[in-house]
Amino acid sequence: MLGIDDPFVLFAYLGIIALAILSLIYGLARRNAARDDVTPEDRQWAIEEKKVDDEF
Amino acid sequence: MPGQSSVGWIDIVVILAYLLATGYLGWLGYRGTRSAADFLVGGRSAHPIIMAVSYGATFISTAAIVGFGGVAGLFGMSLLWLTFLNIGVGILIAFIVFGEPTRRLGHHLGAHTFPELLGLRYQSRGIQIFAGALIFLFMPLYSAAVMTGGSIFAATQFGIDFEVALLIFALITAAYVIPGGLKAVMYTDTFQGFIMVIAMIILLVVTYSSLGGVTEAHRYLTDMADMVPAPLAQMGHQGWTAMPAFGWGAPTYDLWWTVITAIILGVGIGVLAQPQLIVRFMTVRSRRELDRAVPIGAVFIMLMTGTPFLVGSLSNAWFAQHGPILNGKVVQEISAEKGRALVELMKKDDSGAWTPILNPKTQAPATAALIVSERTPAQDASGAPFELVGGRSVAVTYVKGDPDKIIPVFIASAMPHWFGVIFFLALLAAAMSTMSSQFHTIGTAAGRDLYERIGNKGQAREPSLLVMRLAIVVGLLIAVTISYMVRQEYIIARFTAIFFGLCAASFLPAYIGGLFSRRVTKAGALASMTVGLAVSLFWLLLVKAKEASAIGLVQLVTGGKTSLLADYPNWPSVDPIVIALPAAVLTLILVSALTRPPAAEHLNRCFPER
Repeated sequence: MLGIDDPFVLFAYLGIIALAILSLIYGLARRNAARDDVTPEDRQWAIEEKKVDDEF
Repeated sequence: MPGQSSVGWIDIVVILAYLLATGYLGWLGYRGTRSAADFLVGGRSAHPIIMAVSYGATFISTAAIVGFGGVAGLFGMSLLWLTFLNIGVGILIAFIVFGEPTRRLGHHLGAHTFPELLGLRYQSRGIQIFAGALIFLFMPLYSAAVMTGGSIFAATQFGIDFEVALLIFALITAAYVIPGGLKAVMYTDTFQGFIMVIAMIILLVVTYSSLGGVTEAHRYLTDMADMVPAPLAQMGHQGWTAMPAFGWGAPTYDLWWTVITAIILGVGIGVLAQPQLIVRFMTVRSRRELDRAVPIGAVFIMLMTGTPFLVGSLSNAWFAQHGPILNGKVVQEISAEKGRALVELMKKDDSGAWTPILNPKTQAPATAALIVSERTPAQDASGAPFELVGGRSVAVTYVKGDPDKIIPVFIASAMPHWFGVIFFLALLAAAMSTMSSQFHTIGTAAGRDLYERIGNKGQAREPSLLVMRLAIVVGLLIAVTISYMVRQEYIIARFTAIFFGLCAASFLPAYIGGLFSRRVTKAGALASMTVGLAVSLFWLLLVKAKEASAIGLVQLVTGGKTSLLADYPNWPSVDPIVIALPAAVLTLILVSALTRPPAAEHLNRCFPER
């Protein structure tokens, strides 16, 4: 199939495409599934991160 | 054949246009929202494409494209398993399983570097210092791999010396990472990511179409199995569309153990424990952002690693069909029906006589399998008549045995020159985005995890930007020195695999334990990291033949052997990760079981959701 005789290599070739398709399905299915809250703790973390970055 | 290209004014215009566009985007970014932290501070969401491509651009570099692409040119499509793991582990597992717990834990504890995350999770200054030191000492190895990959490509594409290309590459890197390129300017990363995507799509389409289509290209490559160079066939190479021979206890299985354990597992699993990638999860706004980034990340990684691995393998078919004609004298017929023969390669000397080309390593006449297309009578240097044959060979013959040159030489030979410039820009982009995060990680490891934590009788010091900048300069100098000094067989992939393997064995058990278990203890984590690092270094110095023999300690210990286990087939080809990672996991479990669990109060701070 596809000019590749070794089934392990063929599996990897097709498996890459299958995983990419699976990832697309996952992303579409869960695009709004998880919560999207930014807590004060998250914001505080980002302010500190930005401070270090800005100094750098 | 490589190296005839030169730098034309169109090349310079294209490169300048690219640098100006990058600079403009960077400047725009600096004026407003630029980094992931800015998005988070502003309470806004980075577009999933920006998040995913920015992550992917940090992950993928010249090491993957030139180094591992070249390894695929040598060993074949078995490398596609690495792409499979890159997507399955590096994207799916990393984003879905590790992303959110890392983000939450980092924010609960206020950690901003990976060593700090481990140190705060286990309430251990020692763990933070250990991790910081390991990153500071070994990350330059990975940077050297990236730098070597870019320099080899530039040298081939523009026909300049490797040393000159390395110097230019080092100066560009210094200009990029020392003054301000350190910030993850996500728009710039994304722009660079798009250039990489476009270049890869063009490369893949042109390669397949020049070989007559997907199935035809694969079929032709499959039929070339009898042209595998003898030294590789003796290690178990069975053709460029086949896995190496699998087994244990004979040298004919060495290649399987090299490809699977060193090239595929080390990098495929090691990506989970890469400090510069783990930190990226903490800059994400929410689980939703991670979920949305999965598909784009997967497609990006598929193109960025799958394309060079396929093109590297297929370059053998391209050179066999379209490569320059090589000449020589038949040593042995491989297949009279297919016109294939093992040929002693020859060239005309100044007097016009045909003389053998010598193998620079062995000083013996170089031989290669050729698809013979012409036969003519000729005379050798002594005047003796012989039949001169002409034909084409596989990729490794055209790069004189240096797999790191396969992708650069293929592109210089098979693609239009303008594409070489575009591809160079893609590589430059890939290298800069990766090195930017590498040197940022080196800087923070030295400044935040080492300098601030060491000394002052256990009290934290004030942050020192000078230390961070000095560490970056030192790291850069070490990386350039390594690139300049060490030029060996597929060294780019090997350096990358060493660093990824070291990170996996040293960090992965403690990282996973810290994210998902309340029972793992400080002693367990520290012991696991120590065992992971110690076993890895022992294996690299004394057992893994390629690395051990290059370092030289093993020859002193054994009186000239290349491995402590040189008399036991396959062991010298096994990568440290196979021994060190299980040893580290076992240590983590056993020591944690025997030591007192962390205080409930601390665990509640780490995992308030549970």
